[in-house]
Amino acid sequence: MTKSIILVGVGGQGTILASKVLSVGLMRAGYDVKMSEIHGMSQRGGSVTTHVKFGKKVYSPVINDHEADILVSFEKVEAARWIGYLKAGGTLVVNDYEIHPLSVLTGEAKYPEDVIGKLKAEVPNTIAFNAAQIAAGLGNVKAQNIVLLGALTKGMKLDETDWPAVLKDLIPPKLYDLNIKAFAAGADQLK
Amino acid sequence: MKEIMTGNEAIARGAWEGGCHVAAAYPGTPSSEILENVSQYKEIDSEWSTNEKVAVEVASGASLGGARALAAMKHVGLNVAADPIFTMSYIGVNGGLVVITADDPGFFSSQNEQDNRWYALHAKLPMLEPSDSQECLDFIRDAFELSERFDAPFLFRVTTRICHSKTIVELGERTEVPIKPYDRDPKKCVMQPSSAKPRRYFIETREKDMREFSNNCKYNRVEWGSERKIGIIANGVSYQHAREAFEDMGDSVSFLKLGFTYPLPDKLIEKFASEVETLYVVEENEPYIENFTRQLGIKCVGREKLPAVDELNAGIVRGALRGSESAKGYSVDVVSPPRPPVLCPGCSHRGIAFALSKYKDIVVSGDIGCYTLAVMPPLNVTDSVICMGASISAGSGFSKAFRKAGEPASGKKVNKVFGMIGDSTFFHSGITGLINAVVNKSPVALCIVDNRITAMTGHQENPGTGRTISGEPTQRIDLVSLCVACGVKPENVRKIDPYDLKSMEKDIKDAYNADEVSVLITTQPCALIKDVQRKRANVHCAVDQNLCIKCKGCMRVGCPALSFRDGHIEIERSMCNGCTICAQVCPKGAISQVGEFND
Repeated sequence: MTKSIILVGVGGQGTILASKVLSVGLMRAGYDVKMSEIHGMSQRGGSVTTHVKFGKKVYSPVINDHEADILVSFEKVEAARWIGYLKAGGTLVVNDYEIHPLSVLTGEAKYPEDVIGKLKAEVPNTIAFNAAQIAAGLGNVKAQNIVLLGALTKGMKLDETDWPAVLKDLIPPKLYDLNIKAFAAGADQLK
Repeated sequence: MKEIMTGNEAIARGAWEGGCHVAAAYPGTPSSEILENVSQYKEIDSEWSTNEKVAVEVASGASLGGARALAAMKHVGLNVAADPIFTMSYIGVNGGLVVITADDPGFFSSQNEQDNRWYALHAKLPMLEPSDSQECLDFIRDAFELSERFDAPFLFRVTTRICHSKTIVELGERTEVPIKPYDRDPKKCVMQPSSAKPRRYFIETREKDMREFSNNCKYNRVEWGSERKIGIIANGVSYQHAREAFEDMGDSVSFLKLGFTYPLPDKLIEKFASEVETLYVVEENEPYIENFTRQLGIKCVGREKLPAVDELNAGIVRGALRGSESAKGYSVDVVSPPRPPVLCPGCSHRGIAFALSKYKDIVVSGDIGCYTLAVMPPLNVTDSVICMGASISAGSGFSKAFRKAGEPASGKKVNKVFGMIGDSTFFHSGITGLINAVVNKSPVALCIVDNRITAMTGHQENPGTGRTISGEPTQRIDLVSLCVACGVKPENVRKIDPYDLKSMEKDIKDAYNADEVSVLITTQPCALIKDVQRKRANVHCAVDQNLCIKCKGCMRVGCPALSFRDGHIEIERSMCNGCTICAQVCPKGAISQVGEFND
């Protein structure tokens, strides 16, 4: 049975690196894996989505509407924007963190209120916490992506993979310790 | 060894394994990473060419000289390179030649959704279409040899979902192929009527041979299911979507998977169709396979059910062909504000765009690059974007129309046409337009927004950067002397600092008033260049809340580092690079640059 995970966020938040670590870890666990990313103009602060699918045999690299088992959102309104991907009964992992788009910054649009509350009311399996704050506490807000990854892999019980080894292979040495801590701190969120 | 690779990485690997010697490309999403990865293999002589036509010509010459060569580009790049590919089809090859086109169904980062499979049909070029990264590697590895065997350049057609999806690949080793001997052969290589006509007959023979091959090759294969009720013909990523759409029916469905899609395999399609009850053709965008199938007199279901626009996915295929209801999901009562890409904080295009936004009686003829983002509020600068290089030439046309129009009875009164083009785009195809404007006396004011990199596609070198794809120092082409050489009067070519609104004012005004071609060249590099980031790491702008009158004038520059929160203007320090455009528009001097520049 193929499992589908969609990771969404804002350009610059590290969704693509998190997806890469996830994909390599799943491959090393013996699964067929496909990952599809849309990053054409992501560096310019746009909305970014990455699809990861794994199982015995995966065909399409793309997740269909209402068919993701898990939606990991690196930002609150992005969770609401992409919620249509999540299947009924699926799990939402959401970073309780705001990045204001230009329309909000200029006062043209409002950043919606109580996003987490509304998500929780609709999606029973919602896990919300502030990964940015946890990462900042560890010394670098940029590690929020690996905090979220730690929570995701823990929640999915993907323990056949040696995640620290995967991180070691994919993350620059000087950031390794930080990211190992971030990964563990994320996993702790689900204890 | 197994690795998980994007299609682009796998293409590079396959080219290396297949003995490729020379590679040339112009960057363009989703193709850019192909050459970035190819250039990592030292056995391949790689280059960023000035445009796609040049890239194909470089690869063509390398092929004729005996090397295995490739050229890579996005779909619209093949329009630029159309001239050489049509005639290279006549000439054929010496060393294997592969032209990669990366199409963009779904417009993820393109100005149109053209389906370049028609080029194969039109130029009579054999075409391969992989459906995952393993096939990217295998197909291109084989393509060089096939190209030599059929004496034909190969078109290698991929799409965004192939280029940017990672799938697992088995890696092989490089087959070292010697450069083929070169012997002068004008009858084959000098295309003028007396030699081209015999080659035209040769193409007809080649077509027959290749169609025979297409009917019997491993790239086109029938995957019989346990039943013959439903048969599906599919290519590329559509094959994967179709497989998933029928996955719950076990192995009952039969597939004809096509990977060699020009010439299409007539016999194979006929045989497959004759054995199944209902035949579907699943392909994105144009009915390329479907039209051919119908021409064979075969009934099939395709475009009448599947959408012509946008990319497919398994859900769309399932819904269209099986009428299955889609799965149930959630919707949340939250209106997510749109998050389109925007000019970055510190972007060197912001200042010039802001300065142009002050002129209400101009048309800005735009071009392809980050600066296209200035079209959005609050800057609202740019009237048209057509294709690479069109800013100056379409601007010439605009000015001709407005000159004829005189005083308009209605509509906008336009007193001046500006063009806006990036450095890489100017080298790509702006130069001819500039010469044209000078010679034909179209008094356009061209802004070359020179940020010293090909930014939008992820920071590739270009003729203005002074580095090759491998980072080697090389001759840097000087824009000022180039524009003067194009015939623009030296006094009309000015360098301007886009971080300094006041100093730009006079030069922009002069350009506005000029009755001949003028060029303004901006001098600040892209804020995302590593060295620029390092130099400005400790510089940023800060708001003195005691002086700020909360007029929000600074927000008109459209910088994402600025926000109005809880009644205060704030500048996000981690985003700001201290460009000071916001400070320069503040009427009260409430914003100032703080911190020190690094050496």
